[in-house]
Amino acid sequence: MSDNATFRRRGRWLTGGSVLLLCAWVLGPIYLLFLNSFSSPSAVTGFPKHWLPSFNLDSLQFFIEFQGVASALWNSIQVATLTMVLSIVLGAPAGYALSRFEFRGKSLFRIMVLMTRAFPLPLLALPLAVMYIRVGLDDTPLGLALVHTTLALPFAVLITFSLFSGIPVELEEAAWTMGCTRAQAFRKVVLPLVMPGITASAIFAFVISWNEVFAASVLTVQHRTLTAFLLTSLDVSPLPLKFAGGFVLVLPALIFIFLVRKYLFAMWGIANR
Amino acid sequence: MKTTFRGLCTALGAVLVLAGAQAKADVLFWSTQAKPVEETQAMRSEVLKGFDGKVNYQANDPGPWLTRVQAEMKAGKGSIQVLGGLHGDFTSLSDGLMDLSKIDLGGVKVNPSFMKLGKLGSKEQKYIPWMQATYIMVANKKALPYLPTGADINALTYDQLIAWAKNLDEKTGSPKFGLPAGPKGLLHRFLQGYLYPSYTGSMVTKFRSPEAVTAWQKLKDLWKYTNPASTGYAFMQEPLLSGAVWVAFDHTARLADALNKRPNDFVAFPAPAGPAGRGFMPVIAGLAIPKTAPDKAAAEKLIKYMLQPSTQIATLRATSFFPVIDVNLPNDMPPSVKASGAAIAKMSGAKDALPALLPMGLGDLGGKFNQVYIDTFQRIILGGQPIKRVLDDEAGTLRALMKKADAPCWAPDAPSKGACPVN
Amino acid sequence: MPSRGLPYLLLLPATVFLAVFFLYPFTQIAWEAFSGPGGVTLSHFATMVNYWKFPAALENTLLLAVAVVPLQTAMALAMAVLVSKLEKGRDLILYIFTIPLGISDLAAGLIWFAIFQQTGFLNSALHALGVVHTPVIWLGYQSKWVIFLAVMLAEIWRATAIMLVIIVAGMGLIPKEYGEAAEVFGAGPWQRFRRVTLPLLRPSLQTALILRTILAFEVFAEVAALGGTNLPVLMGETFHWQFDLQDGHTAAAFAIVILAISIGFTLLYLRLLRVPKGAGI
Repeated sequence: MSDNATFRRRGRWLTGGSVLLLCAWVLGPIYLLFLNSFSSPSAVTGFPKHWLPSFNLDSLQFFIEFQGVASALWNSIQVATLTMVLSIVLGAPAGYALSRFEFRGKSLFRIMVLMTRAFPLPLLALPLAVMYIRVGLDDTPLGLALVHTTLALPFAVLITFSLFSGIPVELEEAAWTMGCTRAQAFRKVVLPLVMPGITASAIFAFVISWNEVFAASVLTVQHRTLTAFLLTSLDVSPLPLKFAGGFVLVLPALIFIFLVRKYLFAMWGIANR
Repeated sequence: MKTTFRGLCTALGAVLVLAGAQAKADVLFWSTQAKPVEETQAMRSEVLKGFDGKVNYQANDPGPWLTRVQAEMKAGKGSIQVLGGLHGDFTSLSDGLMDLSKIDLGGVKVNPSFMKLGKLGSKEQKYIPWMQATYIMVANKKALPYLPTGADINALTYDQLIAWAKNLDEKTGSPKFGLPAGPKGLLHRFLQGYLYPSYTGSMVTKFRSPEAVTAWQKLKDLWKYTNPASTGYAFMQEPLLSGAVWVAFDHTARLADALNKRPNDFVAFPAPAGPAGRGFMPVIAGLAIPKTAPDKAAAEKLIKYMLQPSTQIATLRATSFFPVIDVNLPNDMPPSVKASGAAIAKMSGAKDALPALLPMGLGDLGGKFNQVYIDTFQRIILGGQPIKRVLDDEAGTLRALMKKADAPCWAPDAPSKGACPVN
Repeated sequence: MPSRGLPYLLLLPATVFLAVFFLYPFTQIAWEAFSGPGGVTLSHFATMVNYWKFPAALENTLLLAVAVVPLQTAMALAMAVLVSKLEKGRDLILYIFTIPLGISDLAAGLIWFAIFQQTGFLNSALHALGVVHTPVIWLGYQSKWVIFLAVMLAEIWRATAIMLVIIVAGMGLIPKEYGEAAEVFGAGPWQRFRRVTLPLLRPSLQTALILRTILAFEVFAEVAALGGTNLPVLMGETFHWQFDLQDGHTAAAFAIVILAISIGFTLLYLRLLRVPKGAGI
């Protein structure tokens, strides 16, 4: 028994150590982004580098005062929110159908969903833009969100599919026998269990839309998203501004993930352990 | 959970309502130039503020820029009023551009040879020259003591440049010469407008001549002392400022940041000369109006505004691109303008000056024309393939391109009847 | 199963949507790859294959995916198990692990370039430790394997979180009783992981692998930031042909190749990690 206890203690140390190491691996590069964003331009281009920021806000201030950043931020939020809602509304039913039924055309559908992810979007932008200009979807948040939804939909379909597959059909059937309709059983029994999958899909949809730059640059002109507004020009800007701009772009996405993180845990597995 | 869904639905509703609201249309100026954020900002707040009307200046990567323009041309309607881009950006769009030969420019005189380039090989004026730059060299003053004896920095030869780079490498411990050979760098113009003319007096015809073999051999020598990170560089001002590179070649706008931030640390000077002369090439940006522009009168008004002397000077301040009209520069220009202006004057005024023109009449094959030079560079210099074999091979591609485009020779090659020959 | 039409009804919205916003533009571009002045042709594929950089681009793309995806899978699994074992701070640690999700490939390229560049953080650290005196040029064209390694690190750093989130979401569905039962029968932690967790996780693992592999074949921004033109990849060449060379036909041919490889690997995963119908148990 005491052997077991030492084993456990050692295990705990190992777990703690690994977690710390992985946190350092993830946060290290983020810290460098932070460091360069809050340092003076001469420190960013200088050598050797300093390891603490000089809290020089020149570069960040440039972006805050950059004409049009606020409205671009608002456009980005609109597009990302629409993308998130659309991809879940369209994707989750499809994921459910794929996991619960055998039917003709199932694999065809799956391949089609994946093709949208496997084909380079910048090539599709031209025919899409022509179509948009003709039907009047051009330069609207909804139009861009529809394109971003094609990118996020494979995530939503496949993730919800894999989660629904993990939920025993018997659970649903038990609810039916207790007098629930199919819809009720779904809402009361299945939905709480797939919430993590829906959250994961939502995160992906939001982040994909937030970071997508090519379609955004082509399909919005008067209503640019933040990414289209800043990122197309960042790669050729002076280094300090690249970092500050990168920081401005990353921050909202991180806040979003922070807000929804707890929904990633399901009700009966990890969460109640 | 329910609240999450309700929240989502409310958000969706709000967004849809807002999406319906249309903003009033500004004059949309769709450009590939002044892309670095500081320049974009300066275009908006300095250069365009004097225009009578609101301008929405959007700077893009060439990819989205071109895709959007093509989409509007295909759809037959659009929102872009004025296009801004480099000569090469327009070459494949010729058919969709309005003829601007009758445009009222308010009496300013635009450099006639640039105007001719703006015809893109057609009879119509496809674009109006907007601004110009050229390639020069900039060195950190720390590099000057390593100049080979007897070398005049304002009249360097390629041999002296190689000796200088060698000195720097050997005496400082690492290569300090840099070229913009990255994916977004403009190395092809160095090859077309500087190296080739300087050694062969030609850009196309003598592509695989013995003189060209010498030129590539020299570049190979130079490359030995070139910072190998050059294959990632696009804007030489960055490695100059960071100290990774002490001597660099690039176009004036892409060196300006170094000259402006630390004017006392850097010097600008002309590109070197070879046996055939001091080859150099301009960079020209132009303004065009797509046939799909919704308000052509406003677009023409904007172009006229962009060509006025005061706007041209403001543009120079904002982008480090020089005017295309005759204008006297005030004395309070930024250090980069003064330094590079002096270097350009020395270069074009040199006895052995050999100006080369931008490729003409290639249409949408302009990109492939550049690729011949880039491929040749990558195969010979980076891949270490035998010079003669690569030149013979690529000459075949080049010959086919010239025939397909049916483009006659341009300077420094002698005029030709029919397609420019590749001997 | 009760109503036979139900699955089709559930798929209908997504199908209509994809038909309009994906299949319609896709068929136009796919046609570009096969059409020439004289009708259907394979000449664009010939142009592509004969392009001197094509073999290198294909090889680099495949090698990167092969090098990156298995490592990411292992890391994501390890991270998910670690998170599930934590007694406190689980929320926070999971959040930290998912941070790279919010970072675009362009931004990741920027950050890792700042590390590896000649006057970057790696050289600064080595300099401070006295290992080097003059900054080392890491990303030069002669040292392709360093560029490759840097791209690998950047990809692993940025995109492991994608797999992690999918796996964590799936892990939550595994009833804890299963693990406890196995423990009662004397199974050690490794055995429990292999015999209980991994099989039950198969649907999520399959999804994570498919999505991640497809994305790996589209790697581009980090390669461009770290390697310039030194490490050609298929996606980069697609852009190059479309926008620099303005040859939409050959660009479309490149895109078709990316698509074909992706679909090929997807089918492989679907076969290898077959998910039993209806339930994962």
